[in-house]
Parts: sequence; C-alpha cells; structure tokens
Amino acid sequence: MAEFLDMGGYGFYIWGSYLVTGVLMVLEVILVRRRRSQLKRRLDRMGRMQSHEEETRLDHEIET
Amino acid sequence: MAINWYKFASPASFYPLAGRLVPWFWILAAVLIVIGLYLGFVVAPTDYKQGEAYRIMFIHVPAAWMSMFIYIVMAIYAGLALVLKTRLSTMMATALAPTGAMFTFVALWTGAFWGKPMWGAWWVWDARLTSELILLFLYIGYMSLYAAIDDPRRAARASGLLAIVGAVNVPIIYFSVKWWNTLHQGASISFGQAPTMAATMLAAMGIMALGFWMYTIAVVLMRVRCEILERERHSDWVQEMVSRGTYG
Repeated sequence: MAEFLDMGGYGFYIWGSYLVTGVLMVLEVILVRRRRSQLKRRLDRMGRMQSHEEETRLDHEIET
Repeated sequence: MAINWYKFASPASFYPLAGRLVPWFWILAAVLIVIGLYLGFVVAPTDYKQGEAYRIMFIHVPAAWMSMFIYIVMAIYAGLALVLKTRLSTMMATALAPTGAMFTFVALWTGAFWGKPMWGAWWVWDARLTSELILLFLYIGYMSLYAAIDDPRRAARASGLLAIVGAVNVPIIYFSVKWWNTLHQGASISFGQAPTMAATMLAAMGIMALGFWMYTIAVVLMRVRCEILERERHSDWVQEMVSRGTYG
C-alpha cells in the first residue's frame, strides 16, 4: 500500500493531480445541485406570493 | 425514424427530456471512470522513460481534450443562438462554459504537476501552455460578459460573438506542438499514425476520456435545467410546475 502511494517517488505529483481533479469535479456537481435547490425555493416563494395575492384580491372582490 | 428534432429545441420539452437522461449519463460516467482508473493504475505497465509519473496522463490528456472540445461545442451553440435566435442554444452555451473552464484548469494544473518532475518547471511560457491559458481566460471572459449585461438578448449576442471569435484559439492549441518548438510532447494520438504507447495505456486514456465526456453531458444537462427554469420562470409551463410544487 505504501509502495502504491509512493508511486516510484512521484506520489506527490500524481496524487496532487488526481486529488485536485476529483475535488473540482465533485465540487462542480455540488454547486449545480445547490443552485437547483435554491432556485426551487425561490420559485416556491414566488408561487406562495402569487396565490396569496389572488386570495386577497378575491377577498377584496367579495367584500365590495 | 420520424423524430421531430425541433420539438426538443423548445425549452419546455427539452427540460423533462434532460431530466430523464441525467441519471443514465451519471451511471455511464461512474462506470467508465472506475474502469479507466483500474486500467490506468493496475493494468498499465510502468513507462520505461517516465516511470510512474506518466500516469498523470490519464487525466491530463482527457481534460485537455474536453477543454477544447467543450469550447467548440459552446461556440457552435453560441453561433446557432446568433443565427437562429433559439433560446435553448444560448442556455446550452452558458451551461457548457463552467465545465469547460473547470477542465481547462484541470489540464493546466495536472500539466504543472507533470511538468515539474519531467521538465523541472511548474510552468513555461511556451506555445501549448500559453494558448491553453488563453483558453481559460476566454471561458472566464465569456461567463463574465454574459453575467455583466442585464438584458438577456444583448448578453447572448455580445458573449456569443466573443465565444465565436475565441474559437480560433482551439486549432492554435491543438497544432501548437507542431508549429512551434516546444517542451510539450507531441500529440498522443494522431490520425493515420500508429499510436506510440502500449495498448493498455491507450485504453486507459481513451476510457477516461469517454468517462469525462459522460460526466460533462450529465453535469451540463443538470445546469441547463437550472438555466431553463430561471429564464422561463414566467412562462405557463413553469408556472404550472410552481403551482404543483414539483419541478420534474
């Protein structure tokens, strides 16, 4: 195992390459997923505001 | 087969299609990358000249290919957006840019980690490395320009033009090792020429490249779905999803 990690003395360069590549690829996916969940929350809020506006408009119409 | 391709050019029908495709591309990406890593680290032999250091190639070369390939696809979508004025084309172009920039950075980073032990330098200002760095700036410039202009149609026009003009850089990167004297080694694979490396090394690199390709499709489809939801939020079909509270 230690021999595998050492990579004939090039371990730092090889794992430094693979680790950063892996982290960036995973990070990109996390960022896209976060963007989607934030977007969903915003759209949900937009939906609630609209239905609330509609209700108050209907209330107003009924009252007058 | 009578598939109406124009149907899928509309964001409303592309959105659910992309959503259905995403998991399949994730599975393909994961399987290919695992096989590629196995071939690259377990099966492929030690290089007689570079020792184990050459194993950086299995991510460096696929990342560099993707950085150029994604740029070409992005420029084509940007061009389609300018000519046909299709909304989805601009969304595809903007969804591709961050992944292209990420792979460009990976190509530069892994190149530095390969250059240090082989050439003795993290960085040299030679044609291949400099033109790849310019590619990173082109991606960043494209994204910043698009984000800086408020009117979406003007943003698409200006950034699309930048993407198309910047495409001349891609053949410069590709042929730089032929046109100029450079430290960088020549193409790993060229048409009409027998590959200069062991079959298992070649297989590992090819499969990793396919894996990166599938990764790109999966993550870009996810991002373009966000892009579609944002841009089309006032349309009837998105409003219907909002009122149902499910987003496909």
